[in-house]
Amino acid sequence: MADFEPKIVSFCCNWCSYAGADGAGVARLQMPTNFRIIRTMCSARIDPEFVLRAFSKGADGVMILGCHPADCHYIGGNYRARRRISLLRIVLEQYGFDPRRLKLEWVSASESTKFQDTVTGFVNTIKELGPTPLVKVELPAEAKEAE
Amino acid sequence: MTKSALVIGGGIAGIQASLDLADRGVHVYLVEKDATIGGAMSRLDKTFPTNDCSACILSPKMADCAGHPNISLLTYHEVMKVDGVAGDFKVTVKKKARYVIAEECTGCADCVAKCPSKNIPDQYEFGLSTRRAIHIPHAQAVPRVAIIDPDNCRMIQSGKCGICAKVCQKGAINYDDKDEEIVINVGSIIAANGFAVWDANIASEYGYGRFDNVITSMEFERYMCASGCTGGHITMPSSGEEPKRIAFVQCCGSRSQKDGWKKYCSSICCMQATKEAMLTKEHIAEVQEDIYFMDIRSYGKEFEDYIHRAENQYGIGMHRGARVSNLEEDPETKQIIVNYTDEENNGRSEVYDLVVLSVALAPPKGVKEFADTLGIELNEHGFCKTTVFDPLATSREGVFVTGAFAAPKDIPTSVAEASGASAKAAKYIVGEGFVPAAPKKYPAEKDVSGLDPRVGVWVCHCGTNIAGTIDVKAVAEYASKLPGVAYATDVVYACAQDALAEISEAIKEHDLNRVVVASCTPRTHEPLFRESARDGGLNPYLVNMANIRDQCSWIHMQAAGAATEKAKDLIRMAIAKSKLLEPLQGADVPVIQTAAVVGGGITGMTAALDLAAQGFTTYLVEKEKELGGFARNFKHKEDGVSVSDFLQKTIDAVNSNDLIKVYTGVSVVDIPGYVGNFKLKLSNGAEIETGAVLLAIGAEQYQPTEFNYGKDPKVMTILEAENKIDAGAFNGKNVAFISCVGSRNDDVAYCSRVCCSGSLRNAIQIKMNNPMANVTYFHKDVRTYGFRESLYFLASQLGINFVRYPVGNGLPSYDGNVVKAFDSTLGEEIEVPVDAVVLAAGIAPNPESQNIAQMVKVPISKDGFFFEAHQKLRPVDFATEGVYVAGAAHWPKFMDECMAQASGAASRMVTIISKPNRVSEGIVASVNPNRCDGCGVCEGCCDYNAIKIVDCGNGKYKSDVNPALCKGCGSCVASCPSGAMEQAGFKTSQIIAEIDAYLGGE
Repeated sequence: MADFEPKIVSFCCNWCSYAGADGAGVARLQMPTNFRIIRTMCSARIDPEFVLRAFSKGADGVMILGCHPADCHYIGGNYRARRRISLLRIVLEQYGFDPRRLKLEWVSASESTKFQDTVTGFVNTIKELGPTPLVKVELPAEAKEAE
Repeated sequence: MTKSALVIGGGIAGIQASLDLADRGVHVYLVEKDATIGGAMSRLDKTFPTNDCSACILSPKMADCAGHPNISLLTYHEVMKVDGVAGDFKVTVKKKARYVIAEECTGCADCVAKCPSKNIPDQYEFGLSTRRAIHIPHAQAVPRVAIIDPDNCRMIQSGKCGICAKVCQKGAINYDDKDEEIVINVGSIIAANGFAVWDANIASEYGYGRFDNVITSMEFERYMCASGCTGGHITMPSSGEEPKRIAFVQCCGSRSQKDGWKKYCSSICCMQATKEAMLTKEHIAEVQEDIYFMDIRSYGKEFEDYIHRAENQYGIGMHRGARVSNLEEDPETKQIIVNYTDEENNGRSEVYDLVVLSVALAPPKGVKEFADTLGIELNEHGFCKTTVFDPLATSREGVFVTGAFAAPKDIPTSVAEASGASAKAAKYIVGEGFVPAAPKKYPAEKDVSGLDPRVGVWVCHCGTNIAGTIDVKAVAEYASKLPGVAYATDVVYACAQDALAEISEAIKEHDLNRVVVASCTPRTHEPLFRESARDGGLNPYLVNMANIRDQCSWIHMQAAGAATEKAKDLIRMAIAKSKLLEPLQGADVPVIQTAAVVGGGITGMTAALDLAAQGFTTYLVEKEKELGGFARNFKHKEDGVSVSDFLQKTIDAVNSNDLIKVYTGVSVVDIPGYVGNFKLKLSNGAEIETGAVLLAIGAEQYQPTEFNYGKDPKVMTILEAENKIDAGAFNGKNVAFISCVGSRNDDVAYCSRVCCSGSLRNAIQIKMNNPMANVTYFHKDVRTYGFRESLYFLASQLGINFVRYPVGNGLPSYDGNVVKAFDSTLGEEIEVPVDAVVLAAGIAPNPESQNIAQMVKVPISKDGFFFEAHQKLRPVDFATEGVYVAGAAHWPKFMDECMAQASGAASRMVTIISKPNRVSEGIVASVNPNRCDGCGVCEGCCDYNAIKIVDCGNGKYKSDVNPALCKGCGSCVASCPSGAMEQAGFKTSQIIAEIDAYLGGE
C-alpha cells in the first residue's frame, strides 16, 4: 500500500476555504498533491449527488471545506451543508461505505495552515483506508448507452 | 465645463489614483516621464509580506489603465508648466520625441531584432543587461511600443542605417520626430512621481562600483526576477556562479548624519531585505544568509510574523544592533569581507560571496525643478511638504501628493493614499455641471448558441512562479490535444497587457467561443480575463480559470512531476466545465447613492467630510456620546497645532455639514443587504439605507497588567503621562519608558507600530521641560520609521538613554523602585532607579470587530484586525463588495496615516455610489418551470428572500427567483428535489463535468 496515491475531490467555497487554499499558496505551505479543488460559491451548493458521483467515478475520498459556523458569506449556507453531509454520511454507512472517506471541515480565508493540516491529515487517513472499495464494472454496451 | 484631472507619475500610486478617478467618471491625463508605466514596483520580483509576484499583481492594474476609456495615457511626456488656479489649471506638457509612432507600433519587436546598435546599458535593468538603440522598455511594458534612444541611433546620429524603418511593416518609424508641447486644462493635479534609488557610490566605504560582488537591493530584485537580467538565477557578478553566503547590509544611505546620506529611515528596507533573503532560499536551498541591522523595523500588518518566519523557519541570521563599518574585497577570490561591530560592540569580520546593500529611498531625480514647475514646497529631506493634519495636500491648492513622493513608504500605504488623493482631487472637478465620462464600448457579443465549443487555452508561466515547478510547455502541449480545444499556448505572464490583447485577438482569429486561462486564482484575476473576452466579442462568463499557481505550483514545490500532472488534471477539468458554460447577463440594480461610516473618530470623520465634499449624503454612526474617538486622548502638537484644537475643528466641520447626518450614542445592530443596497439597523431603532459602508471603528489601548500597573502610582501608560505632562502634573525625575508592553510577546505577537514614536515624543517633552531629568528608554528595537527617525535623533541628542534588552517574551523587571534589565550592548544586567515608569502600552483590536465582521461577512486577521481583500493592492477594500475599512480598525497607525487611508476609503466608496445603477453578478439561480412543482423547499432555504412560491392558478404553484436579490450561493439548487433549480455558472452539469474530467481521465 506504500505507493498508493489516493485521488481526492475537494469542494471549496469561494469566500473562505478557496481563499484559505490560495493563502496556503501565498505562504508556500507544502502539502501532498493528491487532491483537486472544485470551486463553488458556497458549501451549500454541494449537492449530495456530486459526492456520490465522485465516489462512483472512483474517488478515494471527498472533502468539503466551508466557512466556519456563523461566518458564512451567505448567512447560513454552511449550516445547510452540514446537515446535508451528515445525512449523506449515514446513507453511505448504510450502504457499507466507510463514511471516513467523506470529510467536512471549516477553513476560513486566513487559515492557510489549517488548510494545509486538513489536506495532509485527510490524505493520510485515505492512505490508511486504502483504495476505494468501489470497483469499476465494465458495463454491457446497451447499459453504457443508457448512461 | 467638465474638467479632467492630471496625475503625474505612472507608478503604482499614480495608477491607482487614475483608476479611482476614472471609475468615478472623471477623465484623467496620466503623465509618465518614462516610456512605460509601472514605476519601481514593476522592477520588484516579489512583494512582502505575502510574497506575491509583483508583476502578477501590478500587470492587471497597468492593463486596466491602458484599457480604461476615461484615462489618456501620456507616457514619455513631462510636465513643463502649470498656470492657473485650483479648479482651472492650464498645464503645458512636453511630448518627448519617441521616433516611433505609438499608434502604429504593434510591439512586434522585429525592429529590435535587427538593430545593429547593441550593447547599450539597459537603465530599466539598472545597467545589468544591455539593449539596442531601438527597444521596448521591458517585457511587460504598457504601452508595448518601441522607442529609439537617439544618442545611440546610427540613423539619427549620422544618417547611415535606417534598418528599423525598412523592417517595420507598419511604417511606424519616424527619424524626424520632434518634441512637441501640448496644453491641457485640468481641475486638479496629483503628484505621484515616487522616489529615486539612493546612489550607493556615496557610501564609498562599502565599495559599491569597485567590488564586483557588492550590489544594491534594487539590483538584487532584478537578479531574482524571472524576467530580469539573469533569468531569475541568482549569481555572483564576478563569476556567474551561485553564491553560497550572502550578507544584507541595512541602512545604506539611511539613518545617518554623514555627508550625502539621509537622516531619515527609508521605512521599507528591513522588510525588503528579509523578503529577498527568504526568497533566495527558494532559489538556492543551501545558501547561508545574514542580515546586519541596527533595529529591525517590522511595524506593518503581519510584518513581525514574517521576520519570525525568516529567522526560525528559513534560518536567516538576524544580526541585531550590528553596524557594518566597511567592506573589503579579497582580490583573488573576489569575496567580500564584512567588518562590523556586533550587538555587544565587539569588532568582527565575516566573509561572503555576495553583499546586498539595502539602499535608501531618496527624493525623485530633478525634484527641485519639479517642485518649482508645480509651485509646491519641499520638506527638509527634499520630499513633498505635507502636514500631519492634511497629509495628502501640498502647499498649493488643488495640487495633491501621494505615494513615496511624500515620504518613503510601502506599496499598500501608497495605494490607499493614492485613492485618498483622488478623493481630494475629485472635489475640484465633480461640482455643478459635471458630466461623467461615457462608459467603455465593447464589440458586439458573438452568438455562441448551438455552436460546438472551440476552446482557447492559455497556460501561464507567471515568470518562475508556475514554470519553476510545473513544465508549462508540456501542459500547454497536452491541453492542445484535448477534445474541443481549438487553440492552446503558453505565455510568460497571462495578465500582461500584450497577453491580454492577444487573448482578445485570438478569439477573433481562431473563432474561439470559450477561454480557459491556467494561471493564478480567479478570486483576483478572473475579472481581467473576462474583460479580454469582452474585448474580443465574447460574453465574459464564457471564461474559466484553472488555478495552477496558488493551489498547485506554490504548494507542491518539492513535487515537480506530480504538480505537472495535477496541472494537467486541473486544466482538463476547467476545459470540461468551460464547454458547458453559457453566456450570462447581469441585472441592472439601482444603487442607493449615500454612504455610511461606522465610527466617529478622526478616520470616520475624515472619510465623511471627503464623501460630503463630493456631494454625497453620509451617515456617521458613533457609539460614544461624542465624536472624536481615540484622538481625544492626545494632548500633544503636530506641526505646531495641538491635536485637540484640530479635533474640535474637525468635529465642528462635521456637525455643521448639511450632508453629514451624525448619530452619537448609537451602535450598529445589523447590516443586512449587499453592494449598493445596505441597511444599517441601529440600536435606537433607526434604519439607514445606503450604498456603501465604511468600517472605521478604530482600536483601543492594551490595558497593561505588567509592572503592577493600576496599583503602583508611579506606573502609567504613555497617554496618562502625556496628559500629566500637559497638565504640568508630571514630576518624575528618574523616568523609565518601557517599550512593547502588550506587543511582540507570546500572546500578542505583532508590533503596535505607534508606541516607539509616542514614547519618544513624551520622553523628549520631559527632557525639554526638565533637562536634569534622567530618562531611559528600554526597548527591543526603536521603530521610528520614516521621518519619525528625527525623534530618535533628537532624543539621543538630548541625552535620553537607550537600553536595548533582548527580544523575547520577557520585559525588564521592576520592584517598585528600580527597573532591572539585561543591557544587550553592555552584555550585563543594569539597574535604573526610577520615580516614574511609563509603559508603551500597545494597540489592541476593537473588541466589536468580531461582531461587526459577522454583520457584513468580512474576515478578521489572526491578530484580531479586519482582513482586507488584498494586503498589497486592495488595502481598504474587502472581498465583500461595497464594504471598506480604514484607520486603526485595519492596523495600528498614526493619525496622518489614518486620515490618508480614510480619504482612500472614501474614494473607493465613491466609485460605487457615484453611479445610479450597477450591473449585478450574473451568477444567480433560476427555475425551470417545466420541472418545478412548487414544493417550496427552495424558498425555505433562501436567506435573502429572493425566492417566492407563486400561485399559478388551477391549484398549481411555481418557484420564482428575483435575480436582483439572489446572491448566487446555490443553496436552493442543492435542495431542489426535482432538479428544477439551476445556478448559472455553477450548473449541476458543469460541476459533474469537472468531477468526471478528473476521475474519468481524458
